[in-house]
Amino acid sequence: MISFAPSEEQEIVRSAMREFAESAIRSVARECDEASSLPDDFLNTAWELGLTTTQIPSEYGGEGEARSPITNVLILEELAFGDAALAAAAVCPSLFANAIVDQGSEEQKRAYLPLFTTPTYHVGSLAIVEPDPAFDAFFPRCTAEPKGEGFVVSGRKSFVPLADRASHFLVLARVGNGAGNGPDAFIVPRDAKGLQIGETEKNLGLRALPTATVDFERVELGPEARLGGEAGCDVRRIINGSRTALAAAMVGLSRAVMEYAIPYAQDRVAFGEAIAQKQAIAFMLADMRIETDCMRWLVWRAASQLERGADATAAAHQARAYAARRAMKIADDGVQVLGGHGYIREHPVELWYRNARMLGVLEGMFTC
Amino acid sequence: MIDFELTPNDQKILDAVREEALVCRKYARHYDEHEEEFPPERLPEADSYPGAAKAWAGRGDDDTSFPILSMLYTAAQTWGDYSVRMRRDTGGLGNAALRAAGTPEQQEKWGNRTLAMAITEPGCGSDPSRVAMTAVLDGDEWVLNGEKIFVTTGCRADGVVVWATIDKSAGRAGIKSFLVEKGTPGFTVSHKEKKLGIRADDTAAYVFKDCRIPRGNLLGMDETIPKQSSGGFRKVMKTFNMTRPGVAAIGLGIAQAALDFTRDKLRDAGIEVEYGPGLHRQPAAVQTFQELEALYEASLLTVLRAAWLSGEGQPNNLEASICKAKAGEAVRLITQGCIEICGPLGVSRDELLEKWFRDVRITDIYEGTGQIQRLIIARTILDYTREQLR
Repeated sequence: MISFAPSEEQEIVRSAMREFAESAIRSVARECDEASSLPDDFLNTAWELGLTTTQIPSEYGGEGEARSPITNVLILEELAFGDAALAAAAVCPSLFANAIVDQGSEEQKRAYLPLFTTPTYHVGSLAIVEPDPAFDAFFPRCTAEPKGEGFVVSGRKSFVPLADRASHFLVLARVGNGAGNGPDAFIVPRDAKGLQIGETEKNLGLRALPTATVDFERVELGPEARLGGEAGCDVRRIINGSRTALAAAMVGLSRAVMEYAIPYAQDRVAFGEAIAQKQAIAFMLADMRIETDCMRWLVWRAASQLERGADATAAAHQARAYAARRAMKIADDGVQVLGGHGYIREHPVELWYRNARMLGVLEGMFTC
Repeated sequence: MIDFELTPNDQKILDAVREEALVCRKYARHYDEHEEEFPPERLPEADSYPGAAKAWAGRGDDDTSFPILSMLYTAAQTWGDYSVRMRRDTGGLGNAALRAAGTPEQQEKWGNRTLAMAITEPGCGSDPSRVAMTAVLDGDEWVLNGEKIFVTTGCRADGVVVWATIDKSAGRAGIKSFLVEKGTPGFTVSHKEKKLGIRADDTAAYVFKDCRIPRGNLLGMDETIPKQSSGGFRKVMKTFNMTRPGVAAIGLGIAQAALDFTRDKLRDAGIEVEYGPGLHRQPAAVQTFQELEALYEASLLTVLRAAWLSGEGQPNNLEASICKAKAGEAVRLITQGCIEICGPLGVSRDELLEKWFRDVRITDIYEGTGQIQRLIIARTILDYTREQLR
């Protein structure tokens, strides 16, 4: 039955996240971006929201709520409304934990999920992106050759969020070299032999979020390292969840731009009236609202398919591709509405402009 | 709960509409090329297609709400053809106005007639406060004088809801709606418009010359002119809160026909539209197609959102304008883009794509242009009055 009504519980979570975004995220976002730093204080405060532990089953020490991609996209929109980089850092542990909850074997759940039920921030990460202009999440170049019972992982991943402190990585790699081989996911501990974590990357946007290149030089793994065990997993679920979540973050960013540009345009006077009273500006603002709505409903639709366990490949692709373009346009117009002030780092729109460009090309930074 | 899945009942209804729509499509070209003819009230096939009426009766509380399903229903119809129907619907835009603003007596008397709505004049379109047609009370009768154009279903309708001013100096507040029956002396259908598309739909021009109607034909029976706000005007404008999503749905049904056609033609050429593989593994035609399809999905969702709010009894003024603005633009880009992908095939009159491209162009014009919708959206989000944002 088609409905746009979040549950009562979801509304409560949503408003709690909105409040957190306004109080705890906005207040430090600029500072963190300028310093390219991610304070432990922030991570631990965010950890108290239970973003990861809430949806870990109670037998593994979590709070046992069913994992809900819909709830998670609602959360992400609000957090990213505060700041996309800090939102990504806050949910980064879920990149790893959600995949285990969703597709891990019993042994994997027992081994890894309790790590995320600690009182302070604990992070595992997801390695999808590769340093290749023709990178394609569905066809990674990283390989996992079968060897004996296990696998040997080789290749290079980049833009791995929080690689500097993640205890484990979930790595997307192709088993065998056949063109038709889709990727599988492998759990690799940080201290695995042959795994090397590079310097923190210097990026256009999301500067508060440390990302790094991770090299895998013939990293030998046992059979238990493959997500889902012998059966393997459906990697599309991971990619589709990540794309939908990324789009949700772009909705939050777009709303941030819109809600900043509106009062600015109402205050700023030119030729005797507020610039918002001129159609050229007013129509830009109207388009921001139209497109933010469009993006959000595409995200909700993809999330509802994920929640049903359906194949959300098309819906997630549409949500992400659409959001990437529109968020970029909205951030672009946001800078334009503020004019010279939009270019100055005193206002957040230049930051959103950089972040929008970066979010639009990434994979695997968010999950739902 | 947030959900976008159709129930089996919903699906059954829409499948039935689609089945009929495909039959209607067989007649589409004929009525496009014979603008002077009206499509029949019932197609010859009508007896073999019981229609969706039965399926409607089987709907329960767990099924998608009426306003949402009716949007999908509308889109499924126009996916077949803009104008040709298995059985003609009764009711026009005037009926929507009657339902929104009519008194119980007026509903009773006029409810089962097809009513067109006449707003536009040679000198006024998007700004209805410029309405020049006048209504003067003379004893127990209103005397109407003026001209109306672009009256949808104006030739076939049994009557019309027409906008006229009872006091020009009062601006918008002076505008009232009147019910006029066909055959009333002084009321003539002057001609049928010739159009770019939607040619099987009759679009009329009216002339009113000393046309006398009973005093009781004033829609809503409110003869007062409010000083500040224009309450009556606003009430009639409210008609648009569901008709705007409705016309967006009409356009999107056509856009979907164009997308389906294009997908099939690509497949015939050995090109499969696949989601998943990245930018570097897809032909440009597929990328273009995917963008158009996302545009379609996004627009449809804004329509469903506006309809959902209506079903929940919540205000949807803003959302009605959002979906109209979005779909109005999207359906143009979609049909233009489909022709780009299909190339020469897209412009041949042997196929319907070129017709859909012409038909759908009206979406961003009638019921308020995209620019008017943006004005409404901007005023709403800025909390501006009409005077603050003109």
